[in-house]
Amino acid sequence: MAGIEVTALHKRYPDGTVAVDQVDLSIGHGELFVMLGPSGCGKTTTLRAIAGLERQTTGDIRIGDTLVNDLPPAERDIAMVFQFYALYPHLKTRDNLAFPLRAEGLPKQEVHARVDEAARLMRLGPLLDRRPRQLSGGEQQRVALARALVRRPRAFLMDEPLTNLDAELRADMRTEIKHLQGELGATMVYVTHDQVEAMSLGHRIAILNKGRVEQIGTPLEVYDRPASLFCAAFIGSPPMNLIEVEVADGKLHGQGGLVLTPPPGLPRDRRLVAGVRPEALEVTAPGAEGSIPARVVSAEWLGDEIIYVVDHGGQRDVRVRMPPTNRFAADAKVGLRHSGGTPAVYDVRTEELVA
Amino acid sequence: MAVSVDEAVSTGPARDNPPPARRLGGRGRSALEVALLTVLAVVMLFPVLWMIETSIKENRDVYAIPAKFFDFTVTLEHYRDVFVAPDGGRSALSVSFLNSVVVAGVSTVLATVLGVPAAWAYSRFAVKAKKDQLFFILSTRFMPPVVVVIPIFLMYRQVGLIDNKLGLILIYAAFNVPFTIWMMKGFVDEVPAEYEDAAMLDGYTRLQAFWKFTLPLLVPGIAATAVFALIFSWNEFVFATFLTSSDSVRTAPPAIAGLIGGTTTDWGLVAAASVVFALPVLVFAYLVRRHLIAGVTLGAVRR
Repeated sequence: MAGIEVTALHKRYPDGTVAVDQVDLSIGHGELFVMLGPSGCGKTTTLRAIAGLERQTTGDIRIGDTLVNDLPPAERDIAMVFQFYALYPHLKTRDNLAFPLRAEGLPKQEVHARVDEAARLMRLGPLLDRRPRQLSGGEQQRVALARALVRRPRAFLMDEPLTNLDAELRADMRTEIKHLQGELGATMVYVTHDQVEAMSLGHRIAILNKGRVEQIGTPLEVYDRPASLFCAAFIGSPPMNLIEVEVADGKLHGQGGLVLTPPPGLPRDRRLVAGVRPEALEVTAPGAEGSIPARVVSAEWLGDEIIYVVDHGGQRDVRVRMPPTNRFAADAKVGLRHSGGTPAVYDVRTEELVA
Repeated sequence: MAVSVDEAVSTGPARDNPPPARRLGGRGRSALEVALLTVLAVVMLFPVLWMIETSIKENRDVYAIPAKFFDFTVTLEHYRDVFVAPDGGRSALSVSFLNSVVVAGVSTVLATVLGVPAAWAYSRFAVKAKKDQLFFILSTRFMPPVVVVIPIFLMYRQVGLIDNKLGLILIYAAFNVPFTIWMMKGFVDEVPAEYEDAAMLDGYTRLQAFWKFTLPLLVPGIAATAVFALIFSWNEFVFATFLTSSDSVRTAPPAIAGLIGGTTTDWGLVAAASVVFALPVLVFAYLVRRHLIAGVTLGAVRR
């Protein structure tokens, strides 16, 4: 296993599109590192550049101590798992697993032993003599993972491996991948557009947007203190409420009289937006202490929680997450108050976190 | 996923169309439809039927008035005449059929060999102004051949390709390459690029990955495309008429047309030659009928 260093990566296609503008990543030895972002943000291109399937325009990629810029994919000692599994359709599971080993020219016994080991690890025993066509999506993806395992690579690259599976299977495979990664202590770079996947899998998450890294941090850091307005809107479901605020007498004042505790060190001369998570707000009975008048627009009853959408003096569609015991009907007059800690505050112009 | 091309394109559209009889409602409609379709089929198929009949009639029955539909003597002498000259040697027509086979075959192979890799490249790589290039390639097919036949005649005269099989092969290939690229690009798009990526991670070069993993999955598409190209080259008349003149070079379409005219026309021979000429196309079209439909509905089914 080895760490991966990506320095000043830039990729521009011949037709002029810039897929990756500027990306720097330092992925630790044995780390499960997730690249998260909307489609077209450059996460897949970055991964493919690490794999050697795309040649970056400028920038350096190191795997372990080796500068791999000019190495073909096969010589980078990495394995990749694809969204569409990419199992060779004409080969049985057994031969699909053995294929990369045979291509390396390993002796037969070694190939056999490694295939058996990977098959045991991914519980593929009964599937070994089937062809990809005879396997379900989940089974195919397990075979694809096993095919990555048999090579004992220095790093695993995962390109949205769970996107094509249905929801239930996806959750199972997520657990399996996390378990596997921990067991092997493998360096793993995992690309996804699904924030649940990113939050539950990643040791660290890099959020990419328009070919740049917006934020790198642990799932909790990324959730609690999104580094930019983009991250604030991207992470969390329902997303963070972005409330325009002004600083006065040591407090943050939103529209309609909403009062928030300010973080220390706020600049006074700029327009500011506070990012408030839905769980940091409370819907109360009208007129409760510290609350401002508001009206319920809609309520989503999710069983374990209720998501309220409320309007209050001038600000529309504020989302509030409440326990299911607290019930207000749509259109009810209610109170709204801030109950969480200090919110993250952003500069409207630069869209970056200021405090 | 392992989507084979014929699988990907053959399911789809037919499924959710209700049968037309039910859509129109009632059995009467359905009977009317059958009647209309029968009339249409008779109108469409009569010339073909008459061609086949004429080809096996004796000459006096061909000219008989009233026309004889059933009670004529069957003869195969016209078919003999297609292949054998009156003096016992090879007939000019048989030479022209052989020319057609060579010209259509070689030009199709050429178009396929050039067009398939080009389609792969356009499908897989980010090419500068890709859409414009593809449109330019397609635009060469917009023109009817008649428009360019004179300039091509003049150019060919300069380089000595007039009355030369190579000349026809080149012009047919030039017409078929754009078609091949467009058809095949659709088929290549359907094959996930991940196969090649995986193969490259396993130590193959890009070209090897294409050759070993993508190409085998493209075979049905290549077959369909090649048959289309073959049919085009086989049927082509305008260039063949203008660019060739001697019996030893001429292909079958102008040769058959050349039988008509003069003082008398041997209709039996014309009909027999036409049947022989039509047969390969019918057989090929029948063999790849599923893929022909696939080609027409290409892009209707997404994975």
